[in-house]
Amino acid sequence: MRWENYTSPSEKFRNERVFDGCGITGFINIDGTLTKGDKIIEMLEILHDRENGLGAGFAAYGIYPQYKDFYALHFLFDNDQIRLNTEDFLSSKGVVVFSEPIPTKQPSNVDKPPIVWRMFYEPKEMKSLSQDEQMVQLVMEVNEKIEGAFIMSSGKNMGVFKGNGWSHEIAEYYKIKDYEAYMWLGHSRFPTNTPGWWGGAHPFNLLGTSVVHNGEITSYGTNMRYLESFGYKCTLFTDTEVIAYLFDLLVRRHKLPIPIVSLALAPPLFSEIESMDKKYQLALKNIRATYRSAMLNGPFSIVVGQNGHIPTLIGLTDRKKLRPLIAAISEDENTIYLSSEEASFKRLMLDSSKSFKFKEIWHPRSGTAVVARLGEGLIRNGLELPFENLQLSVMGV
Amino acid sequence: MIKTTMILSKENKKTVEIDVAPNGKPLKYQDLNDKIHEIIQNGYERLILNNVCGQRFIAASLQGDFEIIINGIPGNDLGVFMDGPKIIVNGNCEDQMGNTMNDGFIIVDGDGGDVIGLSARGGKIYVKKDVGYRVGIHIKEYEHQYPIIIIGGTAGDFLGEYMAGGLIITLGLKFLPDGTIIENSHSICGGELGTGIHRGKIILRTEENLESKLGVGAKLFKLMEETKKEIEPYIKEFCEIFNIPFDLIGKKPLQVVKPISKRPFGGNYCGQYI
Amino acid sequence: MSLSHIFPTYFKIEIDRDLCKKCKRCTNHCSYGALSFNGERIVAEDDKCVACQRCVTMCPGKAIRVVRNESYLPPHGNYTRRIRNIIWAQSGNGGVLLSATGNDRPIRSIFDDLLLDACQVTNPAIDPLRETIETKVFFGRRPNKLDFSMDEGDPSKVSLKTEFYPHFEIDMPIMVGHMSLGSISYNACMAIYQASKELNILAGSGEGGLHPDFYEYGPNIISEVASGRFGVDINYLHNVAGLEIKIGQGAKPGHGGHLPGEKVNTLISQTRMIPKGSDALSPYPHHDIYSIEDLAQLIAALKEATRYKVPVGVKIAAVHNSAPIAVGIVRGGADFLTLDGFRGGTGAAPRIIRDHAGIPIELAIASVDQRLRDEGLRDEITLVAGGSIRYSADLIKAIALGADVGMCCLPVLIAMGCRMCQQCFRGLCSWGIATQNEYLVKRLDIDVARNRIINLFHSWNEELKEVLGAMGIDSVESLRSNRDRLRYIGPNPRIAEILGVKHAGE
Repeated sequence: MRWENYTSPSEKFRNERVFDGCGITGFINIDGTLTKGDKIIEMLEILHDRENGLGAGFAAYGIYPQYKDFYALHFLFDNDQIRLNTEDFLSSKGVVVFSEPIPTKQPSNVDKPPIVWRMFYEPKEMKSLSQDEQMVQLVMEVNEKIEGAFIMSSGKNMGVFKGNGWSHEIAEYYKIKDYEAYMWLGHSRFPTNTPGWWGGAHPFNLLGTSVVHNGEITSYGTNMRYLESFGYKCTLFTDTEVIAYLFDLLVRRHKLPIPIVSLALAPPLFSEIESMDKKYQLALKNIRATYRSAMLNGPFSIVVGQNGHIPTLIGLTDRKKLRPLIAAISEDENTIYLSSEEASFKRLMLDSSKSFKFKEIWHPRSGTAVVARLGEGLIRNGLELPFENLQLSVMGV
Repeated sequence: MIKTTMILSKENKKTVEIDVAPNGKPLKYQDLNDKIHEIIQNGYERLILNNVCGQRFIAASLQGDFEIIINGIPGNDLGVFMDGPKIIVNGNCEDQMGNTMNDGFIIVDGDGGDVIGLSARGGKIYVKKDVGYRVGIHIKEYEHQYPIIIIGGTAGDFLGEYMAGGLIITLGLKFLPDGTIIENSHSICGGELGTGIHRGKIILRTEENLESKLGVGAKLFKLMEETKKEIEPYIKEFCEIFNIPFDLIGKKPLQVVKPISKRPFGGNYCGQYI
Repeated sequence: MSLSHIFPTYFKIEIDRDLCKKCKRCTNHCSYGALSFNGERIVAEDDKCVACQRCVTMCPGKAIRVVRNESYLPPHGNYTRRIRNIIWAQSGNGGVLLSATGNDRPIRSIFDDLLLDACQVTNPAIDPLRETIETKVFFGRRPNKLDFSMDEGDPSKVSLKTEFYPHFEIDMPIMVGHMSLGSISYNACMAIYQASKELNILAGSGEGGLHPDFYEYGPNIISEVASGRFGVDINYLHNVAGLEIKIGQGAKPGHGGHLPGEKVNTLISQTRMIPKGSDALSPYPHHDIYSIEDLAQLIAALKEATRYKVPVGVKIAAVHNSAPIAVGIVRGGADFLTLDGFRGGTGAAPRIIRDHAGIPIELAIASVDQRLRDEGLRDEITLVAGGSIRYSADLIKAIALGADVGMCCLPVLIAMGCRMCQQCFRGLCSWGIATQNEYLVKRLDIDVARNRIINLFHSWNEELKEVLGAMGIDSVESLRSNRDRLRYIGPNPRIAEILGVKHAGE
């Protein structure tokens, strides 16, 4: 592990974008059963050829049932004084209900380890802003303005654990095995050029949305400038950040259904659209026209976890399928898995202690979302045409 | 009162009346124009609008032989791009009435605002009383189209600026509340009269010496018999509509403003290889 | 003129007497009267020559060359020949100097100081010949967000409830700028409109209305509503793809227009809807727009008139305060905004304005795009930018800075045969482009001109795809405003800052 650059990249590499190739994985239990962290660790560690020890992380949903009504803030601090200052700042804008260190297995030989901390928080009631909007602003403010502080995650009843090291190191450091969650995301990283920093590892999170990402977004500048006009501040020097914010914008603020979000982020080609029925053409062309700046270009595969209205696991690749993504459903149809490689699933089957069986393993179509919702199951398997199995009605048609 | 029989077609037209401020709440112009289009589509030929209160763009781009009577104050751009209909306004008007009008007839039983008839290519605009600044600016003419603006009272500065065709007549009368009509004691028009005029003519019924008011490119001429013959029917029509004794018109001379030449600024530019 | 005030000419016409067949073809072709036949030989008058190259091209014996006049003036680094020429011209004529085409001062081009990014390792470049790269663009206003809802009980039911503004699609992010019939010939207009229809791109009508012959090309034409309102009637308004209120033009911000009556022939009379021989004056301002709320009124009037079926935009010259002006225009209801930079073209403009007023389009795009973003308005409208987009590189950089569509005129004229002699305002164009003289207009073959424009823009679009492919982008939407893919190599870091572009090496 690299015991430096916790809350911002090193001075030398500020303003430089991080490009990486990575392993991504995740799963959701439809009935809400909690699963211990060793499963996601197994799924991720088997992808070790996709990482080089420069960053890894996990997102776990359902881990704080006792505080589920409060925003769970996961922090990295450079020192304890900054932690106190940050807590004071937050107390001035709301109530810190509970505050404690995140349990870690800290090696003894580290000079200046990070302070990893969690707070359960409730912002003050405001007439003009919803609590979610207030939290977004607070997260942006802390990450941008408080030097030495970084909020890793800010959703309710969930948390992100990440740092600069191999995935097995990060798992051990945060004692991931001890957490129980109904939905897990994992990420291991292979950055191309910079040593990276803790906050810059995946998953990227805003409120309940966490993103793990493999690839590079060539439309970064367009997406970033689009998000900035909605008040998001892209300060993390990575393209994954924009994906997290796009999901926040399109799902939470614009309230688009997930299948529509995937059509906005990875739309069909015009030549495909033009071969469809009038109604679909109208919808798809207007999606492209309206969200032209949200479209993600370049190679990517992503796994996204959300716990807004209904907790959801989403998998999506670019429309040219330049990055891998594979999906699986357990024999009892209760668990939906996503990963960069089938090895993640095979690894679980090899674990003789657990006797995992999969009902089906499949490769989703490019640019087509896999969507699994808590309590509902697999809503979209990622093999559908844009509006297949959807009843679309368009006003005036 | 206006003699509406002069203007409206005599046969019984299919008429509808609407309150533009139902329950005391004025409609938005979008909704009002939507209504007008709907009414036309339903085969009505005459529309009476009551309680009009500043709604803009009334009758925008309407075509055909449709009649609108407006009771109240229409907003800016009354009859913008209009191509045919007749509009009677029982009241005053705001600015830019008849903007870029192609054809039609607007009669105002009151005052008109600024920039009346901007760039109009055809049609007629009769305003009973006074008008504001830049009236008849850049009105044009084309083939059979010939815009005519008649003002019963006086006009402000820049009357007939950039005028590129058509006819403007200003009569300089004053209409007292009791119905009597007297000579207006104010000057018939403001300064910069006909500045930039390069076609068409402005007729002013006044004894004033207008020389000092003339704008660039404008020149005073005597009324020729030919012009008198041309304009008389329009003045007669105006007088009949607004109940003005025609004899009254002859009590003051009509002066004519026309362009000095077609190219007042020809010598102002030169080209040379630099 | 007194003998002491005749100054050296720019050009010298050299006739090879051995090759000259005395066919006198050149004398017919020279529309500027520089060549004549004196009964014995061809006589050249250098002071009338504008180097349009018509005679050179048409001489069957290849006997003519137009060369630079080597006659050397005393050198002066400050009072350049250009400055001295201006003084000589004005002291001779005493008027405002006219000029044409665009600003020809040797001011550094910011486009030339920008370099493009390309993919290496971390993402794959795309082969534009074998994989799809999309260059289609939506034109018009878009909603800020779509109102899509999913049925709570049945997630397979989705409904789209947004009301859409009028918009349309074009196949390339290219618009031929506004050149009216009057500034250019009927044949040139026809070639442009036919090419635009064939390519499904846009062309501007210029402020002179639309001749009835061109109505069939309306779906590809953005027509101007300029201060003169020439040719504007309800048929015109309804028969075009979009309407543009012309506030200003890059070559002459704050200036009106004047087409002298002698140029108003039958064609132009029909187009502008004014009598033959009548002057066509465009007032300096719109006289129904004295303030921003008046602009909103005219936008609303045009939308009312077209029953909200046609996008309405506004064109402004790029001037010092373009950014806040742009915000006002968008808030005023414009569906698209056209910015014309200080190098933009003209058929006739006072030289003093053409050469000295306005700001570069690169900076205008950057500041307008940023300001609209700051106000949360950028993605709702289409931003068209022109003012010296000379070739595809400029187009690509303009899009990466923030434009949706690039607009250009001179490349189209050059494609048709213009040699840039810059005499458009004289109406004597020997190539039949910027003239109304029927004898000259006939020289421009519509089919040939149309095909050359099609070839030109086809190649621009292919080059755009090459660049997108190299950047690993498969749709032009993802290039727009993607300043991350630009780097600056010019001398002034402040420019890079305003452009929001990093310096090369950063």
